[in-house]
Amino acid sequence: MFSHIPLLSLLIWLPIAGGVAVLLTGGDENAKLARTIAIATIMISILLCVPLYLGFDNNSYKMQFTEVVPWIAAYDIKYSLGVDGISMPMIILSTFTSLVVVLAACRSIKTKVAQYMATILILQGLMVGVFAAVDAILFYVFWEGMLIPMYICIGIWGGANRVYASIKFFLYTFLGSALMLVALIYLGMKADSFSILSFYPLPLAKSIQEMIFIAFLLAFAVKIPMWPVHTWLPDAHTEAPAGGSVVLAALMLKMGVYGFFRFSLPITPDACRAFDWVLIVLSLIAIVYIGLVAIAQTDMKKLIAYSSISHMGFATLGSFMIFAIVRNTADFRDAYMSLEGAMVQMISHAFSTGAMFFGIGVLYDRLSSRMIKDYGGVAHTMPVFAAFFMLFAMSNVGLPGTSGFVGEFMVIISAFKANFWITFFAASTLIIGAVYTLWLYKRVFFGPLVSDKVKGLQDIGGFEVIVFTLLAVPVIYIGVYPEPILDVFHASVGHILYLSHLTKLT
Amino acid sequence: MHQDSVLHNLSLTMVLAPLLGAIVAGFFGKVIGKTWTHRVTILLLMVSFACAIYIAKLLILDGMPSYNGVIYTWADVGKYQFNVGFLIDRLTAVMGITVTFVSLLVHIYSIGYMAEDDGYQRFFSYISLFTFMMLMLITANNLLQLYFGWEGVGLVSYLLIGFWFHRETANFGSLKAFIANRVGDMGFLLGIAAIMTYFGTIDYSTIFADAGNFTQTTITVLPGVHWNLITVVCLLLFIGAMGKSAQMPLHVWLPESMEGPTPISALIHAATMVTAGVFMVARMSPLFELSQVALTTVLIIGAVGALFTGILGVIQSDIKRVVAYSTLSQLGYMMVGLGASAFSAGIFHLMTHASFKALLFLSAGSVIIGMHHDQDMRNMGNIRKYMPITYVAFLVGALSLSAIPPFAGFYSKDAIIDAVHLSTIPGAHFAYICVVLGAFVTALYSFRAFFMTFHTKERMSEGLRKNLKESPWVVWVPLVILVVPSIILGAMIAGPMLYDPHSILGNSVYTAPQYDVLKIMAGHWHGAWSAVAESIYTPAFWMSIAGVAVAWLSYIVFPRLPNFVTRRFSWVYYILDRKYGFDDFNQIIFARGTVGLGKALFKYADLKLIDDYMVNGSGRGIEWFSRTLRKTQSGYLYDYAFAMILGLLVFLLWLLLG
Repeated sequence: MFSHIPLLSLLIWLPIAGGVAVLLTGGDENAKLARTIAIATIMISILLCVPLYLGFDNNSYKMQFTEVVPWIAAYDIKYSLGVDGISMPMIILSTFTSLVVVLAACRSIKTKVAQYMATILILQGLMVGVFAAVDAILFYVFWEGMLIPMYICIGIWGGANRVYASIKFFLYTFLGSALMLVALIYLGMKADSFSILSFYPLPLAKSIQEMIFIAFLLAFAVKIPMWPVHTWLPDAHTEAPAGGSVVLAALMLKMGVYGFFRFSLPITPDACRAFDWVLIVLSLIAIVYIGLVAIAQTDMKKLIAYSSISHMGFATLGSFMIFAIVRNTADFRDAYMSLEGAMVQMISHAFSTGAMFFGIGVLYDRLSSRMIKDYGGVAHTMPVFAAFFMLFAMSNVGLPGTSGFVGEFMVIISAFKANFWITFFAASTLIIGAVYTLWLYKRVFFGPLVSDKVKGLQDIGGFEVIVFTLLAVPVIYIGVYPEPILDVFHASVGHILYLSHLTKLT
Repeated sequence: MHQDSVLHNLSLTMVLAPLLGAIVAGFFGKVIGKTWTHRVTILLLMVSFACAIYIAKLLILDGMPSYNGVIYTWADVGKYQFNVGFLIDRLTAVMGITVTFVSLLVHIYSIGYMAEDDGYQRFFSYISLFTFMMLMLITANNLLQLYFGWEGVGLVSYLLIGFWFHRETANFGSLKAFIANRVGDMGFLLGIAAIMTYFGTIDYSTIFADAGNFTQTTITVLPGVHWNLITVVCLLLFIGAMGKSAQMPLHVWLPESMEGPTPISALIHAATMVTAGVFMVARMSPLFELSQVALTTVLIIGAVGALFTGILGVIQSDIKRVVAYSTLSQLGYMMVGLGASAFSAGIFHLMTHASFKALLFLSAGSVIIGMHHDQDMRNMGNIRKYMPITYVAFLVGALSLSAIPPFAGFYSKDAIIDAVHLSTIPGAHFAYICVVLGAFVTALYSFRAFFMTFHTKERMSEGLRKNLKESPWVVWVPLVILVVPSIILGAMIAGPMLYDPHSILGNSVYTAPQYDVLKIMAGHWHGAWSAVAESIYTPAFWMSIAGVAVAWLSYIVFPRLPNFVTRRFSWVYYILDRKYGFDDFNQIIFARGTVGLGKALFKYADLKLIDDYMVNGSGRGIEWFSRTLRKTQSGYLYDYAFAMILGLLVFLLWLLLG
């Protein structure tokens, strides 16, 4: 019904155009105008998501809302877009996250407003592009393009150590994706087309698959990030402004896992099957080791950054456990829960971790400190904020009834079909996660008021309450009733499972 | 069909009414004010209580069949389905009455106890939320929903222990409670995962129906070692129960939970939440009955807890801590009952305990109000003169707790002791010794607290003494109400609960024929009154009497005796004072160990190894490399790095395309 409107193109280019328009408003004397344009743009984007969601056919794994325009004819590179049950929710999530970030920025960003809003809007458009691209080169363009606004975001609005952090961020992620480009070009030459879908049936020898797998792995592992290429993330997070951190945590990290779904699993299934144990071990290291490291943090933002890596461990574990499960049960319906658990974990993580980064932003705006020791007794002066933060903390520790539970639960339950010890180490997050999250909460919110500064804190209001409410609703909704979201995934997850269990050896 | 919809709607109302109360009190409490907050929550809880009674009437008196139905599908993945649904059977009915009854009284009592508190509305919101979670737990027809309620009550317990969050001890206690519970929950979740994997569902009815097919199935956890599946599942589930029901060695959080307001100690940390583990084991009885190893474990852990945590109660000087340790000990008794396959006896003790322990806590709370929140019994004495109603209430509670016939606690505890005595499960002999000695200890600490608080000479300050008076009616009315079941509940339902062939719990708990000790005991049952007469032939009775007598001798007749014993056996006192070293061990090994490990990993692995050597090292490598290569120096690391990356890209592209 909406097929004649280029919905995906609009979702990509409208925010970018809006971003340019915001830039044109110039300096901070026009900050109000900049904010208005930014909010208007993002609101229209949200409205565009409605037909995207309503018009989406849950029963099909095929690309929908497709748009194809020739681009570089000589190499058969096309401007080709489309969404399936994996990317559609991610696009809505991207747009929603940007809305929240823009709203929050209305209060917290006071200098270079237009530039900040423009950065976020352009970033949003590029991220939607990543999820919507069906052409490998187009995907790569968006994938790399996205780094630039993020780099700027950290480099300009960041904290004291922002130069080091932004360069570390850029180098890491850029290095990772260099090899991916090589792999994509190789696949494109081989398939005579750069459509990602044309890579799927391509027969590939074992050694080639392994090389491609490793190239992809580097690109995606850095993004997620997986141990041991994770150390850029805490630095990037601590230096980034709150909004930047939210985009980073809620969306950019997800692109790595999305890459596994879109590229690694269907294109190099034999290599994935051979190396699944590597990914499983790395995921468990993320869950346990990174969780322990999170306990030791004294900087709130670093703590949440580590917690974020630890939670992403469930997404990667869920993605690669499928082989072990099917090996044991010989029925790939058993593996749905693992893969869908990974998906839910990604989406839930966006809300709860994003909200916690916002929360720290709220505190930082007021006291200009991220150190835990500077806080204590905040619940006395900011009760509403404390209540919201408790909800997100509970989602972070995976309490049933919050979205944080759903993904973890599905992955842990599935893990038992793979191996008892995988389940055991994954389930240790119940304890470790509770320790770092609630200990943080105790030190920051509970106890007597530590200083006059804390005593003078103003509770949240206006935009902040709207932002937290917008994030709280999905956290509870997904926790209480995840079925509608799972329903969107089913067909596409099933297709990926099917593809990942084929062999492409010739 | 019609019957089903009646039960469905009743249960839904019972469960959701407190949730509505919590929402109103939580979000609109400040708007509607204190009075309306408690009016609304109490009214809704009355609705819930009325539903619970009606459900019990339908199921137990009218013999309506139990209801098992789905409310909505939570998730549907692959070939698995997770539902939110109700199993309303007799066990649920009995638990429902217990929970809503105590909760209602605690709501009323809190009007008085929390009157001066700034967090009044927050408090009512929490306790209504707790009631909702607890009801979700007991009405669940599957393990997912049970787990939801299980974690939900844990959350509210955490929030309520830390209710006075300006106190460092309260915050420490709440954190400790949450984490200790999480250790148990990890086991519980593994158990659920195991069931899901082998049974393909987590719905009770299917699990129980299929359980028989898995008696020979083994599971390999350690290479080369095959364990019986049912045993592994039951033990994992029981680890969860150990956390929630504070069994050794996961009991450490319960004494600390006393930092919460006293009504909470009564409701959550005595009458209801901590019995969730007992409920869960009873609920899963069709599985536990298939594994003798699991039953033995339940029996032994329960028995050790019953005796050894009770002993700790004897040296406490904080009135709430005495009652807290007694709760630990009584939870041990309940577990012993379950382990001996006398599930009805375990649940029976759960019910009587809910009333007399809530009574004891609320009486203690009444004393604490009078004492202006001083809880130290060394500062009390002769309070009977000032608070006669509280005095009688506490006395009834203590008698019931000490299992003096014909008070309620006598029937339930006696049944457990008898059941263990007759049980043939390995370990029953040891457990029997523990629970009989435990009877002495129970009476000793109960009456020690009773004498120290209400008798002996007045030790409070003059200013305090002048203002000491009976608590307001909202406080003592619940006490009076609780006195009734604490006296008569035992005699009234011991017969139908335990020995009747169509007993109250009916087939909602399952006992394998070879373990059915209650059936043997039924042969010796000649009614509630002859049980009193026969009790003088049991060692447990004399143990209890001896406990009361020793307490009387030590605190009334020879008040110097306790000090003398403490000095003479100072090493014993030391061990007890350190609580057998559990807290120290956890603090040193787990708390400091974990934080230390985290710090070490961060410092040496993340910062040193990865960042310093690998990342910055390769950065320096690139710098050095590009410097020698290009011989130009602009001084910035990333210029070189960028050049390197671009160079690499061009190189690779050239390789590929050329």
